[in-house]
Amino acid sequence: MHFNTTKNGAMSVNSKLTRRRFIKGVIFSGAAATTGTGIYLAANAQSGQSAAERLVTLNINGRNRPVDVLPTETLAYTLRYKLDMTGTKIGCNRGECGACTVLIDGVPNYSCSVLSHNVKGKAVVSIEGVKAADGTLHAVQQAFIAENAPQCGFCTPGQVMSAVALLNSNPRPTKEEAAAAMSGNLCRCGAYEHYLNGVLRASGQLA
Amino acid sequence: MSTHIGFDFIPPDVPGKVTGEIKYAEDYKREGMVFARLLTSPLPSGRVVSIDTSEALRMDGVVGVFTADDLPPVAPPGNPALASEYVTYVGQPILAVAAITEEIAESAIDKIRIDFERRDFVVDPIESLTPGGSNAYPEGNVLVRTREEGPEGAPIVGAEIRDIKWPQSAIDAIKSGKEPVGGEFTTEWAFGDIDAGFADAAAIIEEPFVTIGYPHHSLEARTGMAYWENGKCYFHGSSQSQSANNAGLARMLNIDLADLVFINEATGGGFGSKIGPYPFMAITGNFSRVLNRPVQLRITREQEFYIGSARSGMQGWIKIGVKENGKVSAVDLVIVNDGGATGGGSGNSSAQHVTVAYQPENMRYRGISVYTNTTPRGAQRGPGQNEMAAVLAPMTDKAAAAINMDRVAFRRRNVLDSNGFQGGSQGPVTSAFVREALDQGKRVFGWDEKLALPKQNGSKVRGIGVGIGYHGAGGRGYDGLVRIAPDGKLYIHSGVGNLGTYSYAGTCRAAAEALKMPWDRCEIMRGRSDNHLPHSSGQGGSNTIFTHTRTNWVAAQDAITKLKEIAAADLGGSADDYEIGDERVYQSADSSKGLSYAQAAQRAMELGGKYSGQEYPDDINPLTQLAVQGLAGTGLIGVSKDNIPGQGQPPGVIVGFCEIEMDKDTGKYEVLDYTAIADCGTVVHPKNFDNAMRGGGVWGIGLAALERHVYDPQNGLPANTGLYQSKPPTYLDVNLNTKVGAVNIPDPQNPTGGRGIGEPTQGASAAALASAISDALDGHLFNTAPTTTDMIINHLAGNTYSTKSLKTNTF
Repeated sequence: MHFNTTKNGAMSVNSKLTRRRFIKGVIFSGAAATTGTGIYLAANAQSGQSAAERLVTLNINGRNRPVDVLPTETLAYTLRYKLDMTGTKIGCNRGECGACTVLIDGVPNYSCSVLSHNVKGKAVVSIEGVKAADGTLHAVQQAFIAENAPQCGFCTPGQVMSAVALLNSNPRPTKEEAAAAMSGNLCRCGAYEHYLNGVLRASGQLA
Repeated sequence: MSTHIGFDFIPPDVPGKVTGEIKYAEDYKREGMVFARLLTSPLPSGRVVSIDTSEALRMDGVVGVFTADDLPPVAPPGNPALASEYVTYVGQPILAVAAITEEIAESAIDKIRIDFERRDFVVDPIESLTPGGSNAYPEGNVLVRTREEGPEGAPIVGAEIRDIKWPQSAIDAIKSGKEPVGGEFTTEWAFGDIDAGFADAAAIIEEPFVTIGYPHHSLEARTGMAYWENGKCYFHGSSQSQSANNAGLARMLNIDLADLVFINEATGGGFGSKIGPYPFMAITGNFSRVLNRPVQLRITREQEFYIGSARSGMQGWIKIGVKENGKVSAVDLVIVNDGGATGGGSGNSSAQHVTVAYQPENMRYRGISVYTNTTPRGAQRGPGQNEMAAVLAPMTDKAAAAINMDRVAFRRRNVLDSNGFQGGSQGPVTSAFVREALDQGKRVFGWDEKLALPKQNGSKVRGIGVGIGYHGAGGRGYDGLVRIAPDGKLYIHSGVGNLGTYSYAGTCRAAAEALKMPWDRCEIMRGRSDNHLPHSSGQGGSNTIFTHTRTNWVAAQDAITKLKEIAAADLGGSADDYEIGDERVYQSADSSKGLSYAQAAQRAMELGGKYSGQEYPDDINPLTQLAVQGLAGTGLIGVSKDNIPGQGQPPGVIVGFCEIEMDKDTGKYEVLDYTAIADCGTVVHPKNFDNAMRGGGVWGIGLAALERHVYDPQNGLPANTGLYQSKPPTYLDVNLNTKVGAVNIPDPQNPTGGRGIGEPTQGASAAALASAISDALDGHLFNTAPTTTDMIINHLAGNTYSTKSLKTNTF
């Protein structure tokens, strides 16, 4: 948006506000963006890239998926909007909440902050790829059900991914180790203890 | 004997949450769907002089622009979906652009030109009350209600904006922490004689306080997707509630109730900000109609901060008189609320908390809510009650100390019981067993043992605290609807929303209990209006467990009556000769004579009339009537309005006990122990009770220690729109071994014995933590919520600058 402002004539507590000071304030607070952080950071549909350059093959949940990907497209967007894998949630789209966590070569990543082009040749596991091929839920998923861990559930896919990654690298974590490992996943409902008990249960430490 | 109530079960939507298969509003797509994005105000206050969308509309892929001109006008003080002439906060939506991709919609917004005229703005309510101070709206600065306030989350109706200024002396007084004598208020009530009460007091405490508003930050930013088919609007919304949306949203779309299908399988949090249909929903539904295409309007995290509502802040002053025997004899309370751009405050609810915590013999409350050019404010988990709990707890400790009384004993002496009252009108309650909760909590926490331990350990100091959280916890008069189908299963139709509390499922257990149905023979029908859902309360105000165990119970009773009547008609005798059990209705004298539920359902369909829903009671809501009409002829229909007699407010009360260890070199502390005991009647679903108690406990830490709005007073800009800047508690901020329990004494006015607890869980935690912080610092009162680490370290260093300024939006 382009905008111009004019000041009304009335006296005010802000009457000393100059344009320069206003701009400084804008920069300081970082809050003047009028549209916020969209799905794309600065994508341009008319970028002139050929279809060939955009058509990539991504390895998602063990399957090779050819997909048309824009240069600035995030993995979260590709998963949700191109591949219809809506289990990955976008809570903030700026690397703050962890709802979009997926595993890339086994390491948990915020998929809202990873470009799809950068995961070519890597193994991506999303929430849809956690359960076994026969539909059996992963031990973490079973434990989260047993602990009634999700409340609203919007952060849950991300919590599952972080817990799976943790148990892959540390099969019997303490509660404190689990809290540290999962601290990149916000739960606004505050179900932290239930998720941690789920991790302990999944690792056989809770009867 | 209870078979379902008080037992654990797995709510049917939990597996879908751990697999990611459950759908939220933004997970739905539709052929031809276009994406809408918002253009929002860059200014805290201004007038839109002109909007030029021509360049945007010429872009390939842009399908339309939607402005306030496309919606019915909203007169102030209504919160319009889109600003028309005036913008009153940074981030206020001005228009929406739809395009074939979100990216094009975003780019189109960059091409729109708007000329604004800047207006004076104000972010501090006291500043606005000062002579010559700015007003947030052209019409004035104070919301004055001309009609009684609706339930929490309800839109403001019957109100006007006035310009109110206080004399400079009153401004100076409140800024220096004194009673603002001469200040004008818009809400006042009193009972008893406070002067006589203070005269009776052995000790008087007088304190100023400030609590700062903060955003809900539900993890799912509110998304809507709407499409129209054959004159019906199908609306995928993000809401705490289900049926509570229909009437209001149908009005926003100007359609009949029967022409709206509201769909909400799951919602990513609400916490009070998504109770009913919010103004923003009007854009999605109407834009879709104008374009004749499905429209998805998804907003950003930052926009969720702007329009997702926030807790109101307050600046206040309180005077508490305590008698020698520990009884609170008088309270005088003043609250100036920061109403943000919507003006509503929660001061009255704050005062209500004081009445429950103290049951004062005499009390006066005076309040005023002032508009500021900050985000809209609305209900947020225990609005008023919980922030008051946080600042009142340390004052309560000070009052107890003044008469040499133990802090738990002081609360036990004063708190609400079954014969007590709540609020300024001193209304009755259904039952209350808070003393029992205090006794239980004291035992589980080990209060006496912890008091006896040494406080200091090098640079570390321990503090222990106790607090009370309260909220009204139930409503009456909604409808229940169940159906026994020819397959013999019980279908429980619930208009309760799925906000993550699982109360939709817990309340359905009441119908299963009454009809003696095994849970695996029950199906919950919910999530979309065309599942034939009855009129239900909004899922706010901690009400659902009380309200809808009752509605499901009365619907089940209606079904039982019909089962017996059908059996008597077929098998002889009168209905009274029959009873139910094992999915059958049978003669009490000879259990071999009876009908299975499946047979009875078949007979109900043959008999028609009231038995299968062709007829229904005339006191049920129009929405329930539509639901019954939709089900008519498909089985045995149980439908009833909750007319269970009784009076009084069902209270939800939690007591919290907290132990912290504070490092006096850094001001940081760790929560070593948190114990919370509920007085919420019978616990309906134990596992879910644990979730609510612990989740609310986490919220209490946010309120007491971490979360707040920060506005730059020079430019009126919010400085913490994101999650990390707002600091909702993380795994690393909370106690990981919380102990929770319940008194578990049934409420006499609920057939299952239950009352709600959603909101007081937070208040108890916030109060107990604030009390523990004060205890660690030898009784120092910050009188702030939150009390942040920098405030603590500044206090320890002898600095007062981070706490002395009583501002709701600090910088």
